[in-house]
Amino acid sequence: MKQYIARRVGYSLLSLFLLSLTIFLFIRLTGDPAALLVEPGASAQDIENIHRRLGLDRPLWEQYWLFVASFVQGDLGLSFYYRTPVLDLYLQRLPNSLLLAAVAMAFSLLIGIPSGILAAVRVGRMWDSAGKMFALLGLSLPSFWVGLVLILVFTVWLGWLPSSGAGTAAHVVMPAFALGWYFAAAHMRLTRSSMLEVLGSEYVKLARLKGLPEALVIGKHAFKNALIPVITLAGINLVVMINVAVVVETVFAWPGIGRLLYEGISFRDFPVVQGVVVIGGAMIVLVNLAVDIVYALIDPRIRLAR
Amino acid sequence: MSTITPTIAAPAPVSLTWRRLKDFPLIPTLILLLIAFVAIFADVLAPYDPQIGSLARRFRPPFWQEGGSMEYLLGTDHVGRDVLSRLMYGARVSMIVGLAAVLVAGALGTFLGIVAGFLGGWVDQVIMRLTDTWLALPALTFAIFLAAIVGPSELNIIIILGGVYWTRYARVIRGEVLSLKEREFVNLAVVAGCSRAKIMWRHILPNVINSAIVLATLMLGVVIVTEAALSFLGVGVPPPKPAWGLMLADGKKGLMVGYWWLTVLPGVCIMLMVLSANLLGDWLRVKLDPQLRQL
Repeated sequence: MKQYIARRVGYSLLSLFLLSLTIFLFIRLTGDPAALLVEPGASAQDIENIHRRLGLDRPLWEQYWLFVASFVQGDLGLSFYYRTPVLDLYLQRLPNSLLLAAVAMAFSLLIGIPSGILAAVRVGRMWDSAGKMFALLGLSLPSFWVGLVLILVFTVWLGWLPSSGAGTAAHVVMPAFALGWYFAAAHMRLTRSSMLEVLGSEYVKLARLKGLPEALVIGKHAFKNALIPVITLAGINLVVMINVAVVVETVFAWPGIGRLLYEGISFRDFPVVQGVVVIGGAMIVLVNLAVDIVYALIDPRIRLAR
Repeated sequence: MSTITPTIAAPAPVSLTWRRLKDFPLIPTLILLLIAFVAIFADVLAPYDPQIGSLARRFRPPFWQEGGSMEYLLGTDHVGRDVLSRLMYGARVSMIVGLAAVLVAGALGTFLGIVAGFLGGWVDQVIMRLTDTWLALPALTFAIFLAAIVGPSELNIIIILGGVYWTRYARVIRGEVLSLKEREFVNLAVVAGCSRAKIMWRHILPNVINSAIVLATLMLGVVIVTEAALSFLGVGVPPPKPAWGLMLADGKKGLMVGYWWLTVLPGVCIMLMVLSANLLGDWLRVKLDPQLRQL
């Protein structure tokens, strides 16, 4: 077991190293940030000065080493554009991203789990087919388009909800729904297949043989056990939501992490991009690592297999 | 025992239409064929040039609405271009980008998956760690990033999407190759003196091509949505080309004053195409490859 964990941790660190290196090199391919920071018609000397100030005149390996060394110490460097620490910028936006992801997750579970159960209990009937269509729709509609249509209906036509910005509870409803629907579909699919598996198991048959009412069999015996994989997926998806919301954030002008990254890329703000991407990657890698280890603890077959 | 016990073995009878839909996705196939037809013959079918408009006739609504006319069936956009013509040419962009990107991703992923699975050892390690790294970065973020490097153009988008989405193929195909290479026919090929390259090409590839096709159908939807998202963000197909995602971005200019057709219509096109591809892919998945049902 120790060996398994050590190997998994090693792989995760390797992935993070490769990710940081990839992003470090790729962002430098987008062009010279100094060109966006100087006035038009600046002299070569001005550009030279900016390079020196930002540390871009040093050899690449030294820049990379500085980035990694300070990252490990929790220092993400100064933003080229805002001239403030990247960590501060990140922490300013993080609550917004967390709020959006949390509400979107609540939506997706509230829609996904009941419809998944319903589809499993009524397998092959109308509810099942309706659920399948709903799930396919969720997976097929681009979230930004769902967002635009929501704005059209609830802001322009009905005038109920604000179309952009953050601050009040009304602001979070539409972006969260647009982001959550896609995941609702995924959660519904998993709930359905997980429920079907549990409903076919011995202990559910036993519960029925005991003469328990059907509602109790499904609600207590089956549902609780079927929920485990769904909760696991939801945990992973929460992290994913924080990191993929860029398009929804753009539609609703929601000040989250995704926007920060997007602006960073457009301004060639190297420290911002490196910081946001590596933190996001670290979150995803960590969650995957945690899932791998927990599964290995539960199921010995996983850790014995190579 | 209660009478409403759900059984898995014997599904309740469903209506005939539904069963037929389940058996062969006729409507989705027809929709895809229609989109392909429009894409191919956009030159002939489109009533106007999709890139030329006139400010004198901007923001005309569709014909059934007040102020609309049969001249511009689905209305005009913020610079007076015909929406119907742009949608038709947009189908071409989506089709070309979607199919080409899926092909690039499929070729790359299948190749890497076969090589990783068959050769094993350090080659496998390198490819799989690379896959993990790719997956640690959300696909869309990655695509935006690459688009910022190489600049927006149709060809670049195809390469970017191919370069982002090969990971799924690589993972699935590698898994299949791992079990395939233990099979008798592979051992026999080794005994017969086939080179490793030849075994991979002649014996392994034909056995994983089904999975690759199923994955390709399912990926088509993902790729089209991503292309639309990139164009929407302004890093995809460059304006004034008529791409559906770009039309949505332009549509935002009329959204707050209620010019709904500029937002709803391109989205409906994307939805129809992606939904059809997904339905067809789901059906193919069940028919062609029972192993992939869990995917």
